[in-house]
Amino acid sequence: MTFINYASREINCKIVYYGPGLGGKTTNLQYIYDSTAAQSKGKLISLATETDRTLFFDFLPLDLGTVRGFKTRFHLYTVPGQVFYDASRKLILKGVDGVVFVADSQRERMDANVESLYNLELNLKQHGYELDKLPYVVQFNKRDLPNIVSYEDLKSELARNGEPIFESVANRGIGVFETLKAVAKQVLMELRKNSGG
Amino acid sequence: MYEQEYEQLKNVITRLCADANAKFVFLVDKSGQQIAAHGEMLNLDTTSLASLTAGNVAATDGLAHLIGERGFPVLSHEGERDHMYISKVASHVILVVIFDERSSLGLVRLRVKRATGEMTSIFESIDSKVARERDVGVGFDSPFAEITEDDIEALFN
Repeated sequence: MTFINYASREINCKIVYYGPGLGGKTTNLQYIYDSTAAQSKGKLISLATETDRTLFFDFLPLDLGTVRGFKTRFHLYTVPGQVFYDASRKLILKGVDGVVFVADSQRERMDANVESLYNLELNLKQHGYELDKLPYVVQFNKRDLPNIVSYEDLKSELARNGEPIFESVANRGIGVFETLKAVAKQVLMELRKNSGG
Repeated sequence: MYEQEYEQLKNVITRLCADANAKFVFLVDKSGQQIAAHGEMLNLDTTSLASLTAGNVAATDGLAHLIGERGFPVLSHEGERDHMYISKVASHVILVVIFDERSSLGLVRLRVKRATGEMTSIFESIDSKVARERDVGVGFDSPFAEITEDDIEALFN
């Protein structure tokens, strides 16, 4: 839920990167962190296991600049993708303003993508959200690997309602900022709509 | 968060910091946004503190529900030098007090209890204001009302 502090003139929005384990959610945030100027970012917090699997969440605060005199900050979170971390995923979705679904394009991960998407819808419902009504963007990651599902097949399995879809190779930064920009724009346009603008 | 209530909250946490002999007092929204802060730890990364505190409380609430409790209203972490006292205020706000040997857990607990009562009233006032204005159809002076696509594009350039 967007937090507007009229006193300190700040707007904070929360974006959550969701998807199956090892799909590229943390890689997205790491690339964004590495590529963003120091004055526009905070610390990248990663609560991970010893084998670098996300345990609870990754968190990256970004300062995007000023809109109508208000400092605009986006808080980017990732969830742990492994199936058994569902309780944690539910917690991190609380107060979400926009969602990025990071799908793993590899053929053998197709079932995991579908299960994760279903899990996202379920967990959002438990917080009173409808995925179709939230700012939402899909990223088909790992497009550089050999054994991948075609764009059209991925789209037919995972796309829902005409949401923007981006192809990416997150570990090389391809598609990462395009995805972020798209979801951030949707969040801000939704805020404009809700304020009667 | 309105200006008047923000100033009131700042006054409460400033007083709490002094009365509890604390190093730092911090208010966080349950989804990890910082609301207000006061204290001597000027270089503290409050953004990370807010996010981690919210995660900590959310995870602890999850544990509480597992064992049939509604929640754990208070968390206390003891360090070698500095300690942290985390408590819930109203339904959606978390209060963090960082203190050292100049204070004590008992004193912090006592002062937090009083401050919590004051802050709960302030947050109830905010909620009432929001509900009243919504009922009457008063629009907020929202910064988004006149935002344009160019404004948004400019953020990314």
